[in-house]
Amino acid sequence: MLTMIGKRLMFAIPSLIGVVIVTFLLTRALPGDPAAYFAGPAATKEAVEQIRKKLGLDKPLIEQFFRYTNDLAHGDFGNSLTTGQPVAAEIRNRLPASAELTLLGLIVSIVIAIPLGVLAATRPGSWIDHLCRITTTAGVSLPVFFTGLVLVYFFYFRLGWSPAPLGRLDVFYSAPQTVTGFYLIDTLIARDFEAFRSALSQLILPATTLAIFSLAPIARMTRASMLAVLSSEFVRTARASGLSPATVIVTYAFRNAMLPVITTLSMVFSFLLGANVLMEKVFAWPGIGSYAVEALISSDFAPVQGFVLTMAVMYVLLNLVIDILYGVIDPRVRLEG
Amino acid sequence: MKRRDFLKSVSGLAAGATLPAMPQVVSSAYADARSETLLIVSEGGPNNLDIHGVGTNVPGYEVSWNCYDRLISHEMKVGPGGVPYYDRDKFKPELAEEFKIDDMSVTFKLRKNAKFHDGTPVTAKDVKWSLDRAVSVGGFPTFQMSAGSLTKPEQFVVIDDHTVRVDFLKKDRLTVPDLAVIVPCIVNSELVKKNANEKDPWGLEFTKQQTAGSGAYKVTKWTAGTEVIMERNEDWVCGPLPKIKRVIWRMVPQAGNRRALLERGDADISYELPNKDFQEMKASGKLNVVSLPFSNGIQYIGMNVTKPPFDNPKVRQAVAYALPYQKIMDAVMFGLANPMFGAAKDKPTEVAWPQPHKYNTDIEKAKTLMAEAGLAGGFETTISFDLNFAGVNEPLCVLVQESLAQIGIKTTINKVPGANWRTELNKKEMPLFTNVFSGWLDYPEYFFYWCYHGNNSVFNTMSYKSAEMDKLIDGARTAAATGDMATYDTDVKGFVDLAYTDIPRIPLYQPFVNVAMQKNISGYQYWFHRRLDYRAMAKG
Repeated sequence: MLTMIGKRLMFAIPSLIGVVIVTFLLTRALPGDPAAYFAGPAATKEAVEQIRKKLGLDKPLIEQFFRYTNDLAHGDFGNSLTTGQPVAAEIRNRLPASAELTLLGLIVSIVIAIPLGVLAATRPGSWIDHLCRITTTAGVSLPVFFTGLVLVYFFYFRLGWSPAPLGRLDVFYSAPQTVTGFYLIDTLIARDFEAFRSALSQLILPATTLAIFSLAPIARMTRASMLAVLSSEFVRTARASGLSPATVIVTYAFRNAMLPVITTLSMVFSFLLGANVLMEKVFAWPGIGSYAVEALISSDFAPVQGFVLTMAVMYVLLNLVIDILYGVIDPRVRLEG
Repeated sequence: MKRRDFLKSVSGLAAGATLPAMPQVVSSAYADARSETLLIVSEGGPNNLDIHGVGTNVPGYEVSWNCYDRLISHEMKVGPGGVPYYDRDKFKPELAEEFKIDDMSVTFKLRKNAKFHDGTPVTAKDVKWSLDRAVSVGGFPTFQMSAGSLTKPEQFVVIDDHTVRVDFLKKDRLTVPDLAVIVPCIVNSELVKKNANEKDPWGLEFTKQQTAGSGAYKVTKWTAGTEVIMERNEDWVCGPLPKIKRVIWRMVPQAGNRRALLERGDADISYELPNKDFQEMKASGKLNVVSLPFSNGIQYIGMNVTKPPFDNPKVRQAVAYALPYQKIMDAVMFGLANPMFGAAKDKPTEVAWPQPHKYNTDIEKAKTLMAEAGLAGGFETTISFDLNFAGVNEPLCVLVQESLAQIGIKTTINKVPGANWRTELNKKEMPLFTNVFSGWLDYPEYFFYWCYHGNNSVFNTMSYKSAEMDKLIDGARTAAATGDMATYDTDVKGFVDLAYTDIPRIPLYQPFVNVAMQKNISGYQYWFHRRLDYRAMAKG
């Protein structure tokens, strides 16, 4: 097991080096001149040159690259010019916000989608199968920001049930002391139940929006995979041996149907984490998606590079976790590995 | 399933999920905090708390304005619609107790009881250090200081602990007003010096993250891109103690949500909403919406006069007769702007800026002018705009495109990303474009110096050069400095007339600053920088 993890991490190194080089070159290739942008509207040509010098952008590209990699090796991602903060600190603060939202959305989605997919597979053509098909199609065909805005419109603006879409906490609560960065956990550690409720109620709408969007791949994959497994011979054998339907479906069929579902889950998770930019805009969520996009708009190199690098590392880790999970679920994978 | 049914089913689901949060228990501390707190929502937040910093953005100016003091500030007068409006010509002491303007210098006596946020008294050496810093750090602050002929540290002289003299480099009417803008703020020199190093002698890294001033507010928490929290400085002596104890400024990127927050009464103030929203909110009357014209600001259509076809004044005039002015006012601005077109034929030119020109939409006349220029068949060109202000620029350019097509000018719209806009402007290659310019200092010659003078600054986006124009602008500047008002008046009228006959840029309208606030918020003041001054505001 440990050798497998070590091996996998070794394989990840070349791809990470590739990511560093490509993002560096790509950000430089972007149109727009950061020096002119940050010199402000009233800048003269000399002022722009002064800023360029201050930012080190007057140096040759290769020197800029070595300086950048040297800083990276020291754990320094550089400074964002739009927010004025060190990129490493910003990502550390913002990643938990995105991760908490995405995880909660994914959990809600799993809780609904997997039973729905299993039920649909066991009764193909029934009303529950149709329900599954319709819900997932509708969910995936509505853009996330649209669903988000509709939910805000009804539950905040019209009904007033939901709190104001103002980020992770009501403005008058102070953030709990950071332990995990997840407010739901940190507020509980701090025993601040009022803040916990506030954090939870802020999360409900955005998490629901994400869940609606991600229902489709999970439910469809569960259904397809269950259908395949249910028609296989070992299930027939189990049925013929007189095992109860519940045992057949849960113990035999479901476990075997899990592998493709897990793969889908990992894809959905990484996809949601990167793609909930629009959600973060709608709910004023201080996550990394909106951070990266704002940086991109203002040609702010450091955060874009930091963001891509963080995402690359996350993908590598996520794939590793998935591979380990495979082994747990299916002993055959473990043997071959 | 129909979309509507689907929405219903989803709402049902979400309703179930929302229930636990519903009965909001409001503790009394919470209610108290609310009544003394101002909650502002806006699209963007500061990127730097110090206006002297590298690339500080406009929201950063608001922090600086409220957290630092200047030697002097402006008095208020009654502006359009009864809204308090800064008085360009009247100054009041702020950190200075009194000041005396002599022929070639101005002397400030500092308040003896003024203290920085950390308790150290404000002295003359802090003032000198801060002004030295403003003229030395480079970039925008140094540029702004130079607009008032403040360029050398030697101009700032310490007389004693509480007296400072600013020497004039030359006679310039803009020197004293330039000491009342945001840039010459007074910084706690000892505190910043302690946190400076060789690479950063002015301590810009330190003041980027925290306020080191003596102002009425201090930043207690700043999460970039998310929120700024400011608390009142209880020991502020440069004016009456502000009524608002705490300011929470949250960034809400979605304009629709900002409006929802206002209409639900959760947010107190917001700006940067689409004109349509402001107009609707104004009509509904649930909120106070203040709309005031940008001082010394104009949205215009510019043409590059160095290249054909726009090097021909006839073509420029043809364009000026072809623009759909009124349509832009109605469909893009929703009436929230002052028209800068269609003045009566016999209206004399005034000694004022901005003022409307005499062009009007007249397609026939435009066609004749095109024919006279030998371009009856028309030509092709591109019209560029800044995507950062796409809400206004995009529909505006579409209307212009439609209109110009009628006189044979075929235009392609070129959308320039915000990050790239300044670079493009600096290149001075775009043939046709729309842009806004507004000057902090509200003087006609200031506007013309930057926008029409042959020294070809960034804002002379048309690369317009005319010896006659330069003579008039320089003449007006000298006349203003020496107080020769008769020459000044003729020169100002002269350059306005010339700008409108030669018409390298066509003014469209003077935009409005729109601010929407709850009915119980009072004390909004219009400032040249167009940001909020919390010191005068009150709630309840």
